[in-house]
Amino acid sequence: MVSLAFASPTKADELVAYNIVGDGIPQSLTGSPGDVARGRALVLARTTTCILCHSGPFPETRFQGDLAPDLTGAGNRWTTSQLRLRLVDASRFNAQTIMPSYYRSDGLVRVGRNFAGKPILSAAEIEDIVAFLATLRD
Amino acid sequence: MTIWRAIAAAALFATAPALLAGEIPPDARRSGYSFMGPETRTMQDDDTSNPGMLFVLDGEQLWGKQSGSAEKACADCHGDARNSMKGVAARYPAFDKAVGRPVTLDQRINLCRANHQQAAPLPYESRDLLALSAFVAHQSRGVAITAGDDPQVKSFVDQGRDLFMQRKGQLNLACTNCHDDNFDRRLAGAPITQGQPTGYPLYRLEWQTLGSLERRLRSCMSGVRAQAYDYGSPELVALELYLMSRARGLAMETPAVRP
Repeated sequence: MVSLAFASPTKADELVAYNIVGDGIPQSLTGSPGDVARGRALVLARTTTCILCHSGPFPETRFQGDLAPDLTGAGNRWTTSQLRLRLVDASRFNAQTIMPSYYRSDGLVRVGRNFAGKPILSAAEIEDIVAFLATLRD
Repeated sequence: MTIWRAIAAAALFATAPALLAGEIPPDARRSGYSFMGPETRTMQDDDTSNPGMLFVLDGEQLWGKQSGSAEKACADCHGDARNSMKGVAARYPAFDKAVGRPVTLDQRINLCRANHQQAAPLPYESRDLLALSAFVAHQSRGVAITAGDDPQVKSFVDQGRDLFMQRKGQLNLACTNCHDDNFDRRLAGAPITQGQPTGYPLYRLEWQTLGSLERRLRSCMSGVRAQAYDYGSPELVALELYLMSRARGLAMETPAVRP
């Protein structure tokens, strides 16, 4: 394992490997389920960028976007496996989508110094958000 | 009859600049003004409440003031700006023969300082450069934008268009994704505009000061978590030129007020 890490020390290797099955990623990126409360806080934090484009059942904030579907009922529409892949790499479903691939660090142009080589969200953050979105049922 | 129609159609094709997919047709182009609330519009419309007018007044002072070792003022060569500068900003960025590429109004002012006043360049976003730029551009208030019409700048307009369409940064978004495809929608509750640069330099309430189009472009680039181009870089000038050509026909508003 150690020799393998030295053999290909590319930045993308810092991301956890995942397996796509059908239209989703069935297994947690961290190996454990995410935290629903932390996920809700992350969706509402402007730095994760979700709320800039999406709206949802969040009466406490009026700063919601309407560039992307309302998140209400997301847990009915998608399985956790599907939600996970949509967060990790939405461009897999639509190459023209404006939704960023949140767990990707390669193939990007002119990434700012502070963000270079890093995914937008960590594996743990993805899992927290997936866990929260799965609770959004009509 | 049909021949005349064909000729008319051909003439129309030849004169109207070709639109690429996703671009906003002339009759649908809207200034950022139309996306603002009534209070901000009133602030812009009333010169006594428009904070940008303070910069315009400062610029008027500088216009008549000698600068550099040549001891010349702008007015010594250009006279009354109300006549000599009318409509000029609506044509910028414009091709400069000596440097062989388009230059912005800010760059033109600094070229004048270097070549005719023997004065040091004014730093980007400095109060004096913004004031002079605002004063000059204010003389074009109400004039329709025609920047980019000069055939000599065509390849630079094309470069700017390519940059506008190119996804960048960690968020992997292009200017066109918001400003061609999603204007009138809301990003975090705020309306997305078409990004028409009709009023620069303009007073942005968020900045609490006047700022250039380059400052605005750099701030959008930081927003998508991209490494912003440097002030005065060929990329920013090309983007500015493309944006002005994309706003063709809209009236100049300098100094505009924006949220």
